[in-house]
Amino acid sequence: MDEHPNSHDVGDHSGYTETGNTRVTILEDLLSENDRVADDNGKRFAAAGVRAVNLMSSPGAGKTTLLRKTLEHLGHSLRIGVLEGDIATTLDADRLEGSGAAAISVVNTSAGFGGECHLDAVMVRSGIDRLPLTELDLLIIENVGNLVCPAEFRVGEDSRAMVFSVTEGEEKPLKYPVMFRAADVVAVNKIDLLPHLDFDLDAFYLNLTSVNPSARIIMASARTGEGVDEWCDWLSSQGAAV
Amino acid sequence: MHELSICSAIADAAARHADGRSVSQVTVQIGHLRQVVPDALQFSWEVVATTTAEELTKADLIVEEVPAVVECPSCGARTTLEMPILACGSCGTFEVTLVSGEELRVVSIDLVDA
Repeated sequence: MDEHPNSHDVGDHSGYTETGNTRVTILEDLLSENDRVADDNGKRFAAAGVRAVNLMSSPGAGKTTLLRKTLEHLGHSLRIGVLEGDIATTLDADRLEGSGAAAISVVNTSAGFGGECHLDAVMVRSGIDRLPLTELDLLIIENVGNLVCPAEFRVGEDSRAMVFSVTEGEEKPLKYPVMFRAADVVAVNKIDLLPHLDFDLDAFYLNLTSVNPSARIIMASARTGEGVDEWCDWLSSQGAAV
Repeated sequence: MHELSICSAIADAAARHADGRSVSQVTVQIGHLRQVVPDALQFSWEVVATTTAEELTKADLIVEEVPAVVECPSCGARTTLEMPILACGSCGTFEVTLVSGEELRVVSIDLVDA
């Protein structure tokens, strides 16, 4: 086993191989194109004075409902834009109409049947092309409901938030470590349902902190409004001018 | 996931660097923390290599899996992770830095000498 894995030699990557073929070293990151566009998106956000939050969760955890509550609480003091990502329909954007968003842009990831299960930097770029960035303080990018893929694709965001529902089970951080590790904050939603569930909150804390020791945890119910102030405070701190 | 699009990206990078020359082998590094399955990558490569560019039709894909390794600022130990839980194997702290395990890159291509 190598002593120094970060400078490991897992094979000679230059010169001639045993078969006499020429080996050309490339060292090209496979997400370099996505990351290049993500960096460009980030620069556009910074230039426009907008903080961007990538909001992720499994389907049905409550992103859109929490977002609606957020817009109602914060929409009067912060100019909030929303980029809605979904495989199909504009249903989420429709549900947010009239709740206080300064601007809403929809990205459907489909091209005919089916569609991408996550937003990537190129899709987000097309979404923000249609937003008046200089007229916004905060942009919330509501990603496609999915606990796997969105965590792999930077889109240019300043921070990443997860909505997790107590109906999902306390072991989920261990099952989806890459996603839970990617989050700066986890809003634990639907806590109004706790009396009806066998959700082990202590086990959840332990599981989450073992894959992500620094994640901020906010207990919330988008339905009753509990914790929404604390969630909005976190968002407001993201929306502060750079 | 997305092994097919990852293979497309591998093929694009390889063909670009091959610049018209025939490729016998493409070597990639996949870190253990990436959500990429090497078997699925091989399967997708068989499709992509034969349909992307003439230079790649005979190219094998070699996947070097890179272990997830963390370094502990407190006790200095390096731990190779069996599970994606970033903790020091010596002192147990979660405040560790990731040294390797997130690689997703084309390392090299072997060109067939004419």
